[in-house]
Amino acid sequence: MKATKFIKPKAIKELYHNYCPGCGHGIVHRLVAEVVDELNIRDKTIGIAPVGCAVFAYDYWNFDVSEAPHGRPPAVATGVKRVLPDRIVFTYQGDGDLAAIGTAEIIHAANRSENITVIFVNNTVYGMTSGQMAPTTILGQKTLTTPYGREIYKDGYPLKVCELLSVIEGTKYLARGAVTNPKNVALTKSYIKKAFVNQIENKGFSLVEILSMCPSGLHKSPVESIEWIENELVKYFPLGVIKDV
Amino acid sequence: MSKKYILKIDSEHCKGCELCIVNCPKRVLKLSENINKLGYRYVEIVDISRCTGCGRCYLMCPDYLIEIYEEELK
Ligand SMILES: Cc1ncc(C[n+]2csc(CCOP(=O)(O)OP(=O)(O)O)c2C)c(N)n1
Ligand code: SF4
Ligand code: SF4
Repeated sequence: MKATKFIKPKAIKELYHNYCPGCGHGIVHRLVAEVVDELNIRDKTIGIAPVGCAVFAYDYWNFDVSEAPHGRPPAVATGVKRVLPDRIVFTYQGDGDLAAIGTAEIIHAANRSENITVIFVNNTVYGMTSGQMAPTTILGQKTLTTPYGREIYKDGYPLKVCELLSVIEGTKYLARGAVTNPKNVALTKSYIKKAFVNQIENKGFSLVEILSMCPSGLHKSPVESIEWIENELVKYFPLGVIKDV
Repeated sequence: MSKKYILKIDSEHCKGCELCIVNCPKRVLKLSENINKLGYRYVEIVDISRCTGCGRCYLMCPDYLIEIYEEELK
């Protein structure tokens, strides 16, 4: 007898995506899809895709997905969720999208405690536009626009989104995971699941930040990107549940 | 009753990122010397008898190219 042990979730379409080799977006898409399948909510899920490399996420997920202008998924999600409160609405955003151009949208959606789920993929760079500095680039990190490394006096400090949002009363669940090894992938999935269950239980705003590989933007191989995240990045962005109320 | 595992790998769409290879505790996988139609060296099986069906390769594949099946051996 042949039994299935691990196969790709139904909430991922039968086609191939265009991410670079070793890009973390593919893994995060699958985790969202597995959670949607496990919670049996594929018919009522609406994703809001960002501007950035995940701009084509609507082609990859097998449920309804809308697109939003750069940084505005929380505003679009607010509208969708208020008009269709029985739907499960989530945004999927990069760090350029959420923490730079969309800073106002994310803070006010959190402050209003919109009953939505936010999947925030932090790969420390603007991947799609070739790896410029993002607000989340760490000090000393070389990018296209910080060729000698990020400096405090020129570029400011890296933004800790979860910690920043944690002082807002409207945020109900904040966690930071990573997709760098099987254990972290499994933990990140449990955070994503919790952030969706919170919405089903009408608890309010939940966000999961995910440290993810952008080998092309980091100018590292996929395996080197993972080593860098695990050895350097987590020192500044510690993993774990940051708020759960 | 012992178990045997079958890995179905879609090597034509593999981008050779090696995330499955470095995360397999049993060294079941390696990068091929050959190149697929996408232009990448792709992952292939060295020795399936060592596979324990743990799923780590499935968990790490960003392109969903690995499926794992279990077979009961009498
Ligand atoms: C209003 C607007 N400003 C700028 C851009 C150019 N742009 C496209 S993607 C991107 C950055 C995306 O980076 P991030 O959100 O970190 O996602 P990633 O590609 O790394 O996944 C920028 C600045 C745009 N498309 N629209
Ligand atoms: S540029 Fe970076 S984020 Fe974009 S697909 Fe490539 S690896 Fe992924
Ligand atoms: S299931 Fe586990 S042991 Fe088998 S090939 Fe994958 S990682 Fe290796």
